[in-house]
Amino acid sequence: MENNKLIINLKEISFSYTGDNLILDHLSFRLRRGERIGLVGPNGAGKTTFFYIIMGLLKPSSGTIELFGRSASQEKDFRSARKRIGLLFQDSDDQLFSPTVLEDVAFGPLNLGKSPEEATDIALKTLARIDLAGFEDRITYELSGGEKRLVSLATVLAMGPEVLLLDEPTNGLDEETEEKITDMLKRLDLSCIFVSHNLDFLSKTTDKIYGMATGRICLDEELAPHPHIHAHRHGRLPHKHGS
Amino acid sequence: MIKEEFSSGDSLVHSTDPRIKIIVAVLFSVVVAMLSNFLAIVAALAASLLLIMIARLSIKKVFYRVLLVNGLILLLWIFLPFTFKGQTLFVIGPLVGTKEGVWYASQITLKCNAILLALIAFLSTTPISTLGHAMSRLRFPDKIVHLFLFTYRYIHVIFHEYHRLTNAMKIRGFVPRTNVHTYRTYAYLVGMLLVRSYDRAQRIHNAMLCRGFSGRYYTLSQFSINRLRDILFLSLMLAAILGLVILQWKTIS
Repeated sequence: MENNKLIINLKEISFSYTGDNLILDHLSFRLRRGERIGLVGPNGAGKTTFFYIIMGLLKPSSGTIELFGRSASQEKDFRSARKRIGLLFQDSDDQLFSPTVLEDVAFGPLNLGKSPEEATDIALKTLARIDLAGFEDRITYELSGGEKRLVSLATVLAMGPEVLLLDEPTNGLDEETEEKITDMLKRLDLSCIFVSHNLDFLSKTTDKIYGMATGRICLDEELAPHPHIHAHRHGRLPHKHGS
Repeated sequence: MIKEEFSSGDSLVHSTDPRIKIIVAVLFSVVVAMLSNFLAIVAALAASLLLIMIARLSIKKVFYRVLLVNGLILLLWIFLPFTFKGQTLFVIGPLVGTKEGVWYASQITLKCNAILLALIAFLSTTPISTLGHAMSRLRFPDKIVHLFLFTYRYIHVIFHEYHRLTNAMKIRGFVPRTNVHTYRTYAYLVGMLLVRSYDRAQRIHNAMLCRGFSGRYYTLSQFSINRLRDILFLSLMLAAILGLVILQWKTIS
């Protein structure tokens, strides 16, 4: 039964864009149902590539991929797996391509074979779920950066995924929007992998943090509360921090 | 960028089914382009003006849009009267203006404006996304519809990218001059935009694949023509177009 809980199983995956310089170097990785994993690493460590390999958008030069207990190598294997894994892209402008918010959120459900009425219903419910009720008729390119990120998240959640892969979800967001996304992600009962440079965000939303360097993933230290120097507004005034 | 200034409104033209507007706009344009009878052409222009009035568009804004195209037509007036063979109408130095040339140039001017005004009245009174969906409902090929909608969506993004790049150039002291450095820089700019747009297209396609896209584009919007008003509008327009054809045909025979 152990294997039933295994959602993503990558074995000895290697990948390179140019042929010589390996972006992923015999990388092995497992995600079990219910696990919440944070992934940190320097720029160019292959974090985005790692996600693309899982989704089948890039083909590894060697190694095997198993998704939901089935081996995946052909486009059609990935096609069925993509319905159960949601990937949030780094740049929201890549994700939102429909003229209006409603159409964009409904795009996924329509592709899953829902009728226009059902898809509209799902889209509206998903928007309401992340406090975006009333956004359905907004024009996607007129949204602010934070709103775009939230709507992008809605487009992914509307597919009803079992696993959530987020690529730098808090990048370029102000504190308020970041907090909103953090709260929302904490509430979601999904297995997930979050890539971020924002350790604060990862410690709030994930159970384990892995580090990624030179194409491999290794377990970082377990999360442990520790004092550290930090900066924020009005920091000179006497104040207390929450637990 | 694209402001869609005329797309919101509650006139008869605005509320007509977009599919009817597309069909009528295409028919009208084709028929007007074929006209050669003066009376028929003037009637077509009058019909277009009437449509603009019915759509209650700002005359000033429409005028500026039309002015832009007439700038191009002005070029025709420089060449056409002198390059057509026929009866001499006037002479400027060594150049001889012919009656046929002037007639031909005025024909083009009137027809162009009639078609342009009709297109403004019919098409720009429809939001672009709705137009796209209407096209798909009219069985336009999927690829054209996608191309149309995606162009609309990403022209803004490319425009922003262009701005980012020009700003990056400006803050490092770039001032366009007539020299090789300027030409090279602009070539880099265009090249960079192309490469970035290509990359973005790739990423968007990936994002769509991740959400189950398999080549078929489904839309939420559903139209239905059963309103009396739509049918009435369509018949009226068809009658007007038929009127133009009769006017043309009567004078030939």
